[in-house]
Amino acid sequence: MWSSKSATAKVGVGDRTYEEKACDVLIVGAGGAGLRAAIEAFDKGAKTLIVCKSLMGKAHTVMAEGGIAAALGNVDPKDSWQVHFSDTIVEGQYLSNWRMAEIFAKEAIERVYELEEYGALFDRTKEGKISQRAFGAHTYRRLCHIGDRTGLELIRTLQDQVIKRGVPFMDEVALTRLMKDRKTGRVSAALGIDIRTGKLLLFRFKAVILATGGCGKIYQVTSNSHESTGDGIAMAFAAGAELMDMEMIQFHPTGMIYPAGVRGMLVTEAVRGEGGILTNAGGERFMSKYDPKRMELSARDVVARAIYTEITEGRGTKSGAVYLDITHRGPEYIKKKLPSMYDQFLEFAGVDITKQKMEVAPTVHYQMGGVRVDPETCETTVKGMYAAGEVACGLHGANRLGGNSLSDILVFGRRAGEAAAAAVSGMELPAFETSDVEAEISRVLAPFSVTDGTNPFFIKDEIAENMWKHVGIVRNEKDMTAGLREIERLRGEAARAKAVGGRAFNESWLSCLQVADMLLGSEAVIRSALERKESRGAHTRSDFPQKQDSWLVNIITVQREGKITHETRPVPKIPPELLALVEKE
Amino acid sequence: MVSQQAAATVRLKVRRGAAGDAAPARYDYFEVPREDGMVVLNAIHYIQSHLDPSLNARWNCKAGRCGSCSAEINGRPRLMCKTPVDSIEGEIVVEPMSAFPLISDLVTDVTENWKVAAMIPPFTPKTPNSREWRFYQQDVDRSREFRKCIECFLCQDVCHVVREHEADYVGPRWVVKAASLDMHPMDSVNRAKFMKDVGGLGYCNITKCCQEICPEHIVITDDAIIPEKERVVDRHYDPILWVYRRLSKRVPKGEQVENGVMKALKVAFWGLLMAPVVIVPLLYLVMAFLR
Repeated sequence: MWSSKSATAKVGVGDRTYEEKACDVLIVGAGGAGLRAAIEAFDKGAKTLIVCKSLMGKAHTVMAEGGIAAALGNVDPKDSWQVHFSDTIVEGQYLSNWRMAEIFAKEAIERVYELEEYGALFDRTKEGKISQRAFGAHTYRRLCHIGDRTGLELIRTLQDQVIKRGVPFMDEVALTRLMKDRKTGRVSAALGIDIRTGKLLLFRFKAVILATGGCGKIYQVTSNSHESTGDGIAMAFAAGAELMDMEMIQFHPTGMIYPAGVRGMLVTEAVRGEGGILTNAGGERFMSKYDPKRMELSARDVVARAIYTEITEGRGTKSGAVYLDITHRGPEYIKKKLPSMYDQFLEFAGVDITKQKMEVAPTVHYQMGGVRVDPETCETTVKGMYAAGEVACGLHGANRLGGNSLSDILVFGRRAGEAAAAAVSGMELPAFETSDVEAEISRVLAPFSVTDGTNPFFIKDEIAENMWKHVGIVRNEKDMTAGLREIERLRGEAARAKAVGGRAFNESWLSCLQVADMLLGSEAVIRSALERKESRGAHTRSDFPQKQDSWLVNIITVQREGKITHETRPVPKIPPELLALVEKE
Repeated sequence: MVSQQAAATVRLKVRRGAAGDAAPARYDYFEVPREDGMVVLNAIHYIQSHLDPSLNARWNCKAGRCGSCSAEINGRPRLMCKTPVDSIEGEIVVEPMSAFPLISDLVTDVTENWKVAAMIPPFTPKTPNSREWRFYQQDVDRSREFRKCIECFLCQDVCHVVREHEADYVGPRWVVKAASLDMHPMDSVNRAKFMKDVGGLGYCNITKCCQEICPEHIVITDDAIIPEKERVVDRHYDPILWVYRRLSKRVPKGEQVENGVMKALKVAFWGLLMAPVVIVPLLYLVMAFLR
């Protein structure tokens, strides 16, 4: 069963050969959206292949803590998909696509029960049903949870289903570019790197589903994983897809601040859901000034801004944070309901949260914007390319509710898998251009021939610093313009990024390629943020502090003749019967 | 914890080298500025962006949640992101996990685990429609501990059966997996036969190294391996239970369990036979010698 002997085949640094792999539906990414899409495409009879950048089961979904939002009504029987729909639209500041929100709120319920049938083991109510907890800006207690490790259970459960079915997957494979059939404009192939060996791979497919997550790693203080570099967004954009609402970056109100090594690490909203209280250095429960009705359980954008204001106006702690206190719940309850938070603070900060207050400050958490998709099928504006999960855009509008992302990835992962499998049935493998492949291979291998170049790890740090400094929670034109200039300068540096060492598991090489993706993501965020001259949801501008009805538009980022351009389009009108639901609330 | 007046820098000794290298593996030495709350992974990142970008390491969440950055730190299997540099006195030695094939520097190939994962009988619910399922928090809590597993594979690395004997034992991680399924209140499969015949559970001799190093503090041996061993014994080696199950019609005819019972009967038979033939004359001999 086990052997510790290594393979000895080594790939030369300049080796341009590649191995071809063919399938019907290629799934890029193995977080919740990718795995759910794979299960559906496979069950619908498509020859499916999953590729993912990290090891199987390590995707950013594991970081989700608090729960999965679905209106089961187990704890609050008054809850329904209609109320969940309304909450999503209202807290998204009316920027969400109404049809996506409708599909989402209805199907989330089914997806949770299905996840349970797949083997996920949710916490229970006294009656033995799935338990649901309160979360920010959800009208009712709605988050089905597995302690505070909901994401881990979700990904492990889906991973088990993939393994059980024998859906083929290749982990530690990074894709670098999508290529098209020139005649039909359909995406047909992708170049990839087998990270473990450094070999090049060419994937041919009839449809591709991007489930690559967000670009939270473009910020310095972030709860995002290493892999969240926005590769999917960059690949989709390069292939001609439209990006939407890229300025909408969610800052989670509560991230760890101390010690420096763990700054930005997430403190789950479940702490507040279970009764956690926020106070400033003076002991004042400051949320009463910002949202006296919902207090700590207000929407994330409101709480994040409140904490930011307290800190910048000098009412924060010495380390630039506010206090979050759950001690009144008692040790037994805390250890049962928030076990990983207890471990996390004890192990990383030496703080016992059953006895001491936590120090917290906002951290970058989620990207509401992304690739624009069709609500029914998740197809992007490029033929044959689908997107689901954080990489896609349309559901969360200007602010995502906690717990909505886990149901999002299941609902739209499944839909993307179903639509892609249906679209490819009976189709021949589309063509691709060898010249495109050769050009891409040259681009990918270029960092090895750079002499006297820049260290890509250093460029990554600079990108993240620039975004944090210039395009943070509160933005203005002057800072963002400076940020954009810095991006231009870093683009020059990135062109000289240098890879050192061999091809196998070479992080410096992969980083050279990732900095280009991160720069594209950064630029899209800044340009969209400059474009939106108002404050709405997660997007706050000190020079345009008001929300304006004239800005009830989606900002589209698209490539025209090699240049990034912007368009604004009115948000699709909510039909009267659904609008009535929203107004009723 | 080391004294407050720790040195301004941290000294690391890092094992280098890739699969297929002609030269033998070597150690490189680095001095990294010490920071408040710094973990070993911070030091590795500092090396990459300031000292040597050719150093390769696998990591992802940097929050102890994903289980990617497994390594051996001063000989002990640990997550680099959860090991404070202050917890180690003197030089910090960082090496790749030794139970798995080396890829490059601190990165090893752990994919054999996916093949093993595919062998374990999957979750099979007793009834299909989960809307009708009713079970209670205490039922959930039994299996919950095992579901904390982040698949860092440090338990596989520390397990001497996996590490040194290349035996057909699935290893601690996969016993924990089986336990998490066996203790699911709605599961209908008994994995004892699999654990006995394929999983090689008998190879584990309960040295408890795995539960000592688990970064998620899963009590692997006591809570998962021993109960799984007990299941195998109950099912396959306990003649009284077998007779009971046969009489109460809980065991279909011809199930593997008969082997266990036949074995027990054989032992009893030969024991009874040998007693007069071998042991009694032997006793006489001993007595004669002592006289």
